Amino acid sequence: MNRRLIQLYSALLYNAHLRGFAEGKIYTGSLKTVCAPGLNCYSCPGASFACPLGSLQNAVAASADRPAFYVVGLLLLFGLLLGRVICGFLCPFGLIQELIHKIPSKKLKKSPLTRKLSYAKYGILVLFALAIPAYYALQKLPLPGFCKYICPAGTLEGAVMLLLHPGNDALRELTGHLFRWKLTVLVMVLTACVFVYRAFCRFICPLGALYSLLAKLALLGIKVDKTLCTDCGACVRVCKMDIHAVGDRECIHCGTCIHVCPTKAISFRAGKIVLHGPSLPERGTKS
Amino acid sequence: MTHRQALWAVLFCVGILLVVLGVLNGGARDVLAKAVKICSECIGLG
Repeated sequence: MNRRLIQLYSALLYNAHLRGFAEGKIYTGSLKTVCAPGLNCYSCPGASFACPLGSLQNAVAASADRPAFYVVGLLLLFGLLLGRVICGFLCPFGLIQELIHKIPSKKLKKSPLTRKLSYAKYGILVLFALAIPAYYALQKLPLPGFCKYICPAGTLEGAVMLLLHPGNDALRELTGHLFRWKLTVLVMVLTACVFVYRAFCRFICPLGALYSLLAKLALLGIKVDKTLCTDCGACVRVCKMDIHAVGDRECIHCGTCIHVCPTKAISFRAGKIVLHGPSLPERGTKS
Repeated sequence: MTHRQALWAVLFCVGILLVVLGVLNGGARDVLAKAVKICSECIGLG
């Protein structure tokens, strides 16, 4: 199972409107009725699906007119079927962070402090993605708080990609304090990712926070065979995320732990079906 | 069927129901309407 390849394919699928990059325009087809499971700005010139987090905020902002059934239902289904496998395999911004983390430098490892910081994303989810849009919805002012003030994915995939295009002079003239603020957030997040593995996912991402609430129920993901597990802790030690146990709310199901388990208790499953594990050697590897 | 599997099945049905209701109440159309325009908030323009 080549996770990097799946990440690349999914990033390409999310941004399959390649002509948009050349033209500096976004895709306006009906595929955008559907949200992609991972974070990918719908203002990216290549985006062929809607952003789930942006759609959620806009649905909350419009909830005075109609309840946000559609987006909440989609997020619930994504969470139940895939859970945080989405973060590990199907998130283009997760891939970007992982690639940036490959830049040689001193790396900050997980610690009790980073574990505490991992709770910040729940506060950001409640405040910026739910409370602010809901508050302004009461005043009939749509305001996606997270998109507007924080989202570095929107700045990188949407703003930077659109503003770099020579034909978008009109957009460039509109940039002001808010854009400079968002660019600062983007630079800070990307810089942090050089030193801290997936800093945005671990401490900020409201979408990961949402999916983590369904982590224990998700059909697909890393599962531990309790009858084989000896609680040696090798899996938790090798993991770069702030997990307490494999498969918990912080686990992004990357599968790094599968091959360090001395008792082969860890596997990647869909329900009871083993998709990848120590008992199933990877294609091309010698047994 | 364990409690967890039962909860999963109930939530899955709720999810399907919400999506259907959302399509019927125009929520899906709202997503499309927003996604096909450049989101000025997302890119820091307003």
